[in-house]
Amino acid sequence: MSLLEISDLRVEFPSDEGPLVAVKGADLIVEQGEVVGLVGESGSGKSLTCRSVMRMIPKPGRLAGGQIVFDGDDVTALRGPKLRDFRAHSVGMVSQNPFGSLNPVFRVGAQVAETLRVNRGMGRKSARTEAVALLDRVGIADPERRYLAYPHELSGGMCQRVMIALATASNPRLLLADEPTTALDVTTQAQILRLLVRMRREQGMTMLLVSHDFGVISEVCDRVAVMYGGYIVETGPVDEIYHDPQHPYTRALLDSIPELDSAGSSSRREPLSGYPPELSERVEGCVFAPRCRFARPECGSVSMELEPLGPGRASACPVRPLAGGCADPQSRAETSA
Amino acid sequence: MSSAATANGTSLRSSSRARTVLRTAGTLPLGVKIGGLVVAIFALAAIFAPLVAPYGPDQLDLNAIFAAPSSAHWFGTDDTGRDVFSRTLYGLRLDLALALLVTYIPLPLGALAGAVAGFFGGWADTIISRIADVMISFPFIVLIIAIVAIIGPGVEAFLIGVPLAAWALYARLARSRMLVLREQPFMLATAALGYSRRRALFRHAFPNVLRPCLVYSTVDLIGNLLLLAGLSYLGVGIQPPTADLGSIISSGQPYLLTAWWITTLPGLTLVAFGVGVGLVGEGLADRSSEWSAQ
Repeated sequence: MSLLEISDLRVEFPSDEGPLVAVKGADLIVEQGEVVGLVGESGSGKSLTCRSVMRMIPKPGRLAGGQIVFDGDDVTALRGPKLRDFRAHSVGMVSQNPFGSLNPVFRVGAQVAETLRVNRGMGRKSARTEAVALLDRVGIADPERRYLAYPHELSGGMCQRVMIALATASNPRLLLADEPTTALDVTTQAQILRLLVRMRREQGMTMLLVSHDFGVISEVCDRVAVMYGGYIVETGPVDEIYHDPQHPYTRALLDSIPELDSAGSSSRREPLSGYPPELSERVEGCVFAPRCRFARPECGSVSMELEPLGPGRASACPVRPLAGGCADPQSRAETSA
Repeated sequence: MSSAATANGTSLRSSSRARTVLRTAGTLPLGVKIGGLVVAIFALAAIFAPLVAPYGPDQLDLNAIFAAPSSAHWFGTDDTGRDVFSRTLYGLRLDLALALLVTYIPLPLGALAGAVAGFFGGWADTIISRIADVMISFPFIVLIIAIVAIIGPGVEAFLIGVPLAAWALYARLARSRMLVLREQPFMLATAALGYSRRRALFRHAFPNVLRPCLVYSTVDLIGNLLLLAGLSYLGVGIQPPTADLGSIISSGQPYLLTAWWITTLPGLTLVAFGVGVGLVGEGLADRSSEWSAQ
């Protein structure tokens, strides 16, 4: 049985012109011990999908349909103390804003110790010792001293490390990381990613990593799900997706990654033109068709169902213009290899 | 880094705490330092009035009626030969105690009411906010005079009337702060960590709500001090012969042209103290907005 199974997830925001559907039937499976990436542009619904698992969809949004099954339990049916217990012990969440996610009036160590006391029932003394150990585990140098620091005395990367310590303090079975490196500079990003990789290796942590950055995803994840306009458009092992994308959107996303090799040369990446669809737009057929290089007339009537392509792979593009090697003369796979 | 960084174990904790306090004090704006000094001098002199004051507050000296300020009587003496400096200290002591009482008792209550209103919203918010609106829109001085009319002149009217209205301002301030806080990532994090709403509200949100309330309370404190002096001056506050700044100022008024010091020097004391508290409050407000900006 999979650790997390999301099926046909729908998230809606009410409006005067009927509900705005932000996530339109996402399916996602996360196996025990696996790191799954969720990648997409702003507004593609990836963060909402992530927060749905926590049952923390920002108001006035609501879970309008679908199932979220965590370890056999239906998360959408959890209420009150059971929901709190689920959040406290089963899942941990690291969010995008490391500065804002720590309470400015408490020492960071005290915040970690509080979690240990509340969620793991530890005593004051042992919580303190364990909190220092946790800070050490997430790579904070001199944890005894940092324990006493206030959030504003720490750098963004440090705050994010504390957040990771907080989120993993009660040994959750699943860690949701919602753009954990977006607010950090590139070198710090790399450090945080290395930390996540290490925690995964040492503790067998299962992770759902949300990012708009394919580079981040490809460094950490086993599998990846690409989201666009509220749909999951392609899933598969990260290597296969990276070298052989089947959905034109995935392809466009990969093509827009700048690479050092190509700087200044004539083979500059093609940025994707146009904008993702507005929530209020109702697009018939494929949501990506208006921006798609390979769009054909029949794209206006296809469904956005994921169709299996092979072991562990699926794409929502029934036209499959990229099947059997790339139509583009200069293959992505070659340049990146 | 400082040498304390190399210290170890338990001494680290206390030394770090002390260092934080010292470092924070060292970086305070000049205004806060000056204001703090003024407030501290006056407050200490008032608290230790029995030790500092050269004479008793009601000690008559009929040989020295209307004595001008001198080394024996710093602020001179009044129409019955009482030492104005001593009376000013005792008066400040009483006024300060009462003003602190009516400022810092309603503060936590109002902040709590406002925090609850902002955190839960809905009917709790409606009820608390409407009651607060009524209290704020009620003409304040009229309220106190009405209480005086009912229970007679004296300090009781001040002690009842001010808290009755003051909590509402703190409630409103706390509510607006809570509306902002509620959406802060760290408040979302308390939910993500599975904390109860009670823990999120009281332990995580409330200390953040108190900060603007404490900043505002400095303004409120001066206001209450002036109000008490004003009421006493009008004869509906502290009653003579008890020493109080308002009654001292008012008692010297008939002699303003012949013995100016009886009214002027206690008045200036009140002004200086007020300016000191104001400087501290302004500095804290600046610092507080820096904190929120981070």
